[in-house]
Formats: sequence, structure tokens, C-alpha cells
Amino acid sequence: MMEQILQDISKQFEITDIVKKRDNLNFITCKKEQTISLITYLRDIKGFSHFVLLSVVDWIEDGVFQLVYFLNNPEKKIDIGIRTMISRDNATMTSAHHLWEQIATYQRELKEMYGIDFPGSPRVDESFILEGWDDIPPMRREFDTKKYSEETFFPREGRETNDPEEYMKKKLYPDEEK
Amino acid sequence: MTIEEQNKKNKFIDPDLEKRDVLSPDGEVIHIDPMKDYFCDARPTVHDPENKVVEKFLNWCRSNSLWVLGFGTGCGSMEIPPLMTSRFDANRFGVQMRPTPRQSSVFIISGYLAVKTLKRAIRSYEQMQDPKYLIALGSCTINGGMYYDSYNTINRLDYYLPVDVYIAGCMPRPEALLAGFNKLKERIKAGRAEGANEYAEKFDWYKANQKKIIKDWNMPDYNW
Repeated sequence: MMEQILQDISKQFEITDIVKKRDNLNFITCKKEQTISLITYLRDIKGFSHFVLLSVVDWIEDGVFQLVYFLNNPEKKIDIGIRTMISRDNATMTSAHHLWEQIATYQRELKEMYGIDFPGSPRVDESFILEGWDDIPPMRREFDTKKYSEETFFPREGRETNDPEEYMKKKLYPDEEK
Repeated sequence: MTIEEQNKKNKFIDPDLEKRDVLSPDGEVIHIDPMKDYFCDARPTVHDPENKVVEKFLNWCRSNSLWVLGFGTGCGSMEIPPLMTSRFDANRFGVQMRPTPRQSSVFIISGYLAVKTLKRAIRSYEQMQDPKYLIALGSCTINGGMYYDSYNTINRLDYYLPVDVYIAGCMPRPEALLAGFNKLKERIKAGRAEGANEYAEKFDWYKANQKKIIKDWNMPDYNW
């Protein structure tokens, strides 16, 4: 069943990689331009009618974001993840909110947390969780959260620490030679 | 500057709070500025009792009826239901929950505060009537706790709101909360729970700290 679907996909789309995790779970990697048409094909013809999630992995070393669209076929009880790589600079992806409405919310979150733009998605430019954020998007890996926190949130100074052995020697036997 | 330009200038302002002109039934134009009309933005003042003996009696009264604002932030909000129900039963100590800031005298900051929540917490605190006390629950309010390096949660609460009693722990049990309430009672009876006065005295310092991290400040400086 899954093999049949993968074969059909491979005939029509340029699939660069297929990873089999379980019998009913596969991840396929496809080109950025074909992603939306592939998702549409899976939804309308192959019965993947349930959209589970849209997530992103930040591969800063390779300079790419990996978007993962996760779909589920409720009748056949199979899942498929569609991976696509997009460039980190000027990260832009075609919006998929016309397929499932809830994708717009995921895209809004990705815009805020990673700075990936989805032109045409509803309310994508409004702030989602952060209010009045004016730094680079906080979930990008080049964002140094500790440094930001120290500069912004008045960190409390730590306590003075002593090496116990040295401290007790000094305290108990101040005259003794070291 | 026209009203539209002023509204555009502050891009964070709520649409309900924008300045506008309304035509009355008589054909008269009325200017409405909700930030001025809906809120009282007078600065807080220091409460200085004239009669110390009466004040001592009043403090005793206050300490025996602590009304807590039902405002939960972070994980500590989960400690409040067992505190109020039969096992720990905080009603024994004269502690009870209230639904609005207007009715309450104690504000529990129960755990980490995101910047977004801090804005609401400041607003709730300022809306409470004097005398008011603030309990900081958990490590997160003291030094950031396990969220010390988060981009989104504050590290020290005492830079933004005056704290009367700290309860350390991650998370403190309801027993610790009860101990904290008893400590607060002692302080009130001794006349040492002066957080609200401190807030009024160092108002500019607190406001500067708050505005440093709340970047979309769209409310009056003091609203009650």
C-alpha cells in the first residue's frame, strides 16, 4: 500500500530522498517548487486528508531550513512527512493555507519564531506570541538567548564561592605555611 | 498632527483605545481620547498614617483577612487549588480568593513571568486598592530559576514590582505557601509590609525598568 503510493509519487514528482521509519511512516524529500503540488496530490488523490503539523528544522551549518509537512491518511492509517529545504537567507515559502485553514496559524508562528515568510497567508505579519519583539527571530540558532537574557532582564549576581579546602585552611590555620 | 497620524504613530495601540471624534445627536463633535477618559493616570501616592495606634489596629485587621487575586502565572498556579481545598484549607488563615483586582489585597506571582504576562501583572497590580501586598512564589521570581537564560521570561521580579515576601523553591508546596502567608501576616502586623509605598516612592525607577522590556507599551503609566 505504502510502496504503491511512493511509486506513484516518484513517477510524477522529483523525489530526492525517501526514508522509511516504519511500515506506516515514511519521510520523503522533494524540491521546493513541487512541494505544494505534491501535498495537493496526496490530499486529493491519495486520501491524506488530515494535516497533522508543519514544523521546521534549522540546519545552520548547511544554510538551510528544513520544512516538514506531516500528513495522515485516516482510512488506511498511514502517515507521510514531506521534507523540503529552503535557503536560510531571505527564507520564503509558498503558502499552503488554501489546502487546510489551520496551516495559516503554523505559518504565522514560523514567521515570528524563524522569520520564514509565507506571502499571502492570512495575518502572517501580525505578532503571534511575542508582543513588540524587535530582535532577530528568537528560535533561529544564531540568536544567543543567554546573551539576550543577560543584557535585557537584569540578572541577579551569583554568590561568592570559595574553594572549601583553601578557605578552611586560611580560617583555621592562618599562620601555617603553605 | 491629525488624529489619524497620531494613531498611526503608535502602531501598538489597541483599536478601542484610539483617539476619535464622535458626532453627538445634536450635531456636536465630541473628542474622545480613551487613554485619558477611560483611565485615571494619576501617580500613586505614599500612604502615611497619622495615628499610629489606629494604624496598628488596622494592620491587625488587614493581616487577618488576606484576599488573594486569582491570577495564575506559570507552574505555581497549580499550587493554589490544593491550597484552597480541604487538605490545606487556607481559609483557616483568613485567606480567600477573589476574582477581580479591585477586591483583593494580596497578589501572588506564582512562577515565571513572560514579558507578555508581566504587562498584565503590572496592570492588575496597579488596579488593586491600597493597602496591597505581593508574594513572589518560586525561584523564577527570584533569579529566573530554570528559565534564567530564556529570551522571554524575566529574571528578577523586584525590578518591576515591589515584593513583600519571597517563597523559594521549584515548586514550593502548599505548606510553603501557608508559611509564606504567615510570614506576610507577621510583617503586616509589624508594619513592615510596605511594598505599595515603596512602589509609589520609586515609581519612576520601576516604570523605567518596565518600559525597558515591554516594548509595545500601550497603556497609561498608572491605571486604576
